Amino acid sequence: MLNLPDPKRLLGEDRADGSIYSDPDLYDMEMDRIFMHNWIWVAHKSDLPEPGDFITTFVGSHPVIVSRDRKGAVHVMLNRCRHRAATVCELKHGKTASFVCPYHGWAYGLDGALRGVPHQDGYTGQLDKSKLPLVALRVEEYNGLIFATFDKEIMSLDAWLGRAKPWIDLFMKQGAGWPVKTMGEHKFTFPGNWKIQLENTTDAYHFPIVHKSFLDSVDQETQNTFDFVGGAGFVEDLGHGHSVMVMIPELVDLDEGLDAPIPERFTELATELAKDYPDEQVRKIVRAVGGSGFNLNLFPNLACSMAFFRVLRPLSVMETEIRHIAIGMDGGPDIANEVRLRLHEHFQGPMGFGTPDDAEAWDRVQRGSLAGKDISILLNRGIGHEAQREDGNLFSDVSAETGMRAAYKQWLVAMTEEVGE
Amino acid sequence: MSITLEDAVALITLEADMLDHGDFHDWLKLYTPDGRYVVPIDPNAEDFEKVLNYAYDDAEMREKRVVRLLSGRSISAAPPARTVRLLSRYRMMDSSETSCTLRCAQMLQELRQGRVHDYAANLNYRLEMTNDGLKIALKVVRLLISTEALTAVSYIL
Ligand code: FES
Ligand SMILES: [Fe+2]
Repeated sequence: MLNLPDPKRLLGEDRADGSIYSDPDLYDMEMDRIFMHNWIWVAHKSDLPEPGDFITTFVGSHPVIVSRDRKGAVHVMLNRCRHRAATVCELKHGKTASFVCPYHGWAYGLDGALRGVPHQDGYTGQLDKSKLPLVALRVEEYNGLIFATFDKEIMSLDAWLGRAKPWIDLFMKQGAGWPVKTMGEHKFTFPGNWKIQLENTTDAYHFPIVHKSFLDSVDQETQNTFDFVGGAGFVEDLGHGHSVMVMIPELVDLDEGLDAPIPERFTELATELAKDYPDEQVRKIVRAVGGSGFNLNLFPNLACSMAFFRVLRPLSVMETEIRHIAIGMDGGPDIANEVRLRLHEHFQGPMGFGTPDDAEAWDRVQRGSLAGKDISILLNRGIGHEAQREDGNLFSDVSAETGMRAAYKQWLVAMTEEVGE
Repeated sequence: MSITLEDAVALITLEADMLDHGDFHDWLKLYTPDGRYVVPIDPNAEDFEKVLNYAYDDAEMREKRVVRLLSGRSISAAPPARTVRLLSRYRMMDSSETSCTLRCAQMLQELRQGRVHDYAANLNYRLEMTNDGLKIALKVVRLLISTEALTAVSYIL
């Protein structure tokens, strides 16, 4: 094709051209090269715990069904009837034995196999049901996180997550010994490009500025905990566009530091828990309730962000949907899970004390970026003192833009790689 | 005598007026000390404490919300969104001398950053007669689009 934008010309080591947020042709390339040729997060295993459970969601712009079949295997299939393309399911989640298309009644199994076609004799032998299952994507799972991709050739999920895997394992310690489960979500859109949000999850620099009014609303001890810019944390490039931003180093491993004093805001919870659990377990639960001290940004659409999952979905070049999925302890004490819900409501979502201010900042980035032409967005913070770990990971201070540089490096790889035929 | 529809409507209309005109400190006084302001996500939710909501505010959180809106320290609320809301379609579900349950519709239009948003909602109120007169013990804002994607709402519905 002629006239495709050249991603290489838009991205430097330490900057990007402002048009990356608003060029519709570039966006079309992204939806193909990034969202159809990388592992895209679709669900947490607790979203479909039992055989017959399903959810509907999207892989990039493509509507899909994620289902668990009778044997427990997870399938991700395009939500598109093989007859004349009607979506076969419009429920957000549910339990079923089959998906029956509402138009002419073709029926598909939980694994997508076409099982029944009304009045099949009308095809006089010219319809081979075995050749017309719902179109399946590749599915792989790591520690409860389910990903799918259209691409049959890309590396395994395990290899793709690579050095991010130990961080996923650390994040899941929020189960405090129980499995992690999702507990509902806040969903909202903002009028801006998806990469603005991708950057934000690895941007500690904005926290004390944008979240002043949130910080005003918590006690002094919590304010100190969140006073991490200039602290001992760091941002580390984990490869493949993934990065971790450690804001509160003491809260990286939730199994450690159990002797640390219980923060005042959790003393009431601890007292309640002490009626049913031994001291050591109370401490473990309370620590888990507070969440992890880091944001793990997984390219391109998921972040394991302190105490919740952040999922982004591009809707158009200048509109993005964000979901903040609450998580808790599956089988853990209700009172502890309820505290987690209240903490989530306090900061997250369209009526939280944090998210609306983030959304306002992203909105402004989008609008500001339309001013002028050929003006760069700077991505160079912390580059001067960036160093390398033994395993090769680049890292810098907590407010460095190392994580953004990591994501854009991978963005360029994806956008310039030879794809398919 | 049971609480009348007229008295109940007078209270919630006053609330609507205060919220549209930014009289947030006075708004706080309309609630009982253990009153709740709730914006649920799940249209069928009743046991709000056990599920994720958009807002589940006790007195402390309501007060914090007001401080935040008036502080000038929240970029999404400085300047605040302007809102105009209309309540209508009132129905008293039950009423006694001490409390009543009222249902009505709310149509709200918001203007912020040159963009207009509309939010339709069913409101459910539990009102209680106190020594200080009729107060709000529970306000549940059931947004028509609660299960869809919202945009940032830095004001009180
Ligand atoms: S489109 Fe599905 S059965 Fe015809
Ligand atoms: Fe933020």
